[in-house]
Amino acid sequence: MVIGIIIAAVVVLLVLFVVVTYNGLVKTRNRIDNAFSQIAVQLKRRHDLIPNLVETVKGYAAHEKGVFEAVTAARANAINAGNGTPQAQAQAENALSGTLKSLFAVAEAYPDLKANQNFLSLQEEITSTEDKIAYSRQFYNDSVLGYNNKIQAFPANVLAGMFNFTAREYFEGDPTEQGPVSVQF
Amino acid sequence: MYEQIARNKRRTFLMLAAFVFLIAAVAVALGVLFKAGVAIVPIAIVIAIAMAWTSYFMSDKIALAASRAQPADGPEYARYHNLVEGLCIAAGLPKPRLYVVDDPAPNAFATGRNPEHAALAVTTGLLAIMNRVELEGVLAHELSHVRNYDILVSTIAVTAVGAVALMADLGLRFMWFGGRSERNDNNNSGGAGVILAILAMALLVLAPFAAQLMQFAVSRRRELLADASGVQLTRYPPGLISALKKLQEDHTVVHHATRATAQLWIESPLERENDKAPGATARGTKLNRKFDTHPPLAERIAALEAM
Repeated sequence: MVIGIIIAAVVVLLVLFVVVTYNGLVKTRNRIDNAFSQIAVQLKRRHDLIPNLVETVKGYAAHEKGVFEAVTAARANAINAGNGTPQAQAQAENALSGTLKSLFAVAEAYPDLKANQNFLSLQEEITSTEDKIAYSRQFYNDSVLGYNNKIQAFPANVLAGMFNFTAREYFEGDPTEQGPVSVQF
Repeated sequence: MYEQIARNKRRTFLMLAAFVFLIAAVAVALGVLFKAGVAIVPIAIVIAIAMAWTSYFMSDKIALAASRAQPADGPEYARYHNLVEGLCIAAGLPKPRLYVVDDPAPNAFATGRNPEHAALAVTTGLLAIMNRVELEGVLAHELSHVRNYDILVSTIAVTAVGAVALMADLGLRFMWFGGRSERNDNNNSGGAGVILAILAMALLVLAPFAAQLMQFAVSRRRELLADASGVQLTRYPPGLISALKKLQEDHTVVHHATRATAQLWIESPLERENDKAPGATARGTKLNRKFDTHPPLAERIAALEAM
């Protein structure tokens, strides 16, 4: 009788453990997927802002054709790469960041443009979108770290193996990009 | 991080319990003084619980109204909104409601009961003197308060301390006006009654101080923690360091800040005695420090630079 109760208690505890751990794993895995789609949302927002920015700068510096073409080409490239591997995507986005930097460098030479309200707010939007891209990558990596720790540590690793939870990859940033970019306002 | 959140929730509970206990003690004291007996205690406890309930659900609105905060609408606050959105993405938090306090003194605070019902407020002075990375550092500090549930502890403390102080104050006032006939009764019942009355009076005087000390004990260490976890969000300590240095140079006092709301702000909004008089005696400074809601800015900067 007593032994029966003990066995029943152990079984109930085990089932509880499995349910709680499994649900926790699913939750963290979904958070990673959500974090990953956040990156895409912010990238798309940057793509959407660029034509506006190019038009505004064109109004003041029409002869800087080379820069506009470079930005537009890099943007088209980045949008195409969105369907490719994450690595190709990261490369295209980094190239786009580079051309945007040269666009803002060009703008420095035009005082009228720098005083334009529309340009200023676009600059603010692009800067903050780039921040958000970085932050969403950071959050993605933080989530991956938490998830990988969870599925590799005992005792959850037993369950993770049984239900096929596999470790996720980190998002690697551009190694040449270190520290925040200082933008003069 | 998660331990910090659990600790804060536990602390909130303890504080609410201590608060109900203090109210009950004050009620007993009033009962002894006015010979009303213990009947007053359940009434007081009901009132205390009602106050705790209100402070849980209304404290953010009270704190915002007390500081004259206005919703931050309009294109001039685009940067403020963008920075908070970015930090919220990094922290995995919903975006809090954003407010602005029209005040030249640079300062900021966070309030609310949980991340889903949080609000941030900054002064116009802060927006004016901070550059982008500095403002981001300050906002990350405030968001850390949101994420760690510090806002819950401090907003509850604000309302609870206010309530205890108010009750004790009322009790003392009643005593001066209505105490005459009661005192005669006390004399009749002999020495024990007098001692009880003195004890009750002492309790009434000390209750607000006890409540205040309780409030400060939870507030100071938390600021250092919020600095650290704020930097964990931005991954850029120099931003917050240079923001704190700017705050250090600035000596303007926030107009609509009181002792009660002091602990909500990123920097103590009140004038500090040791700021005003550098030649203060060592003992005076130490006592002041106990009543400070915030660690000295120099200490916080040093802690960040050591990272």
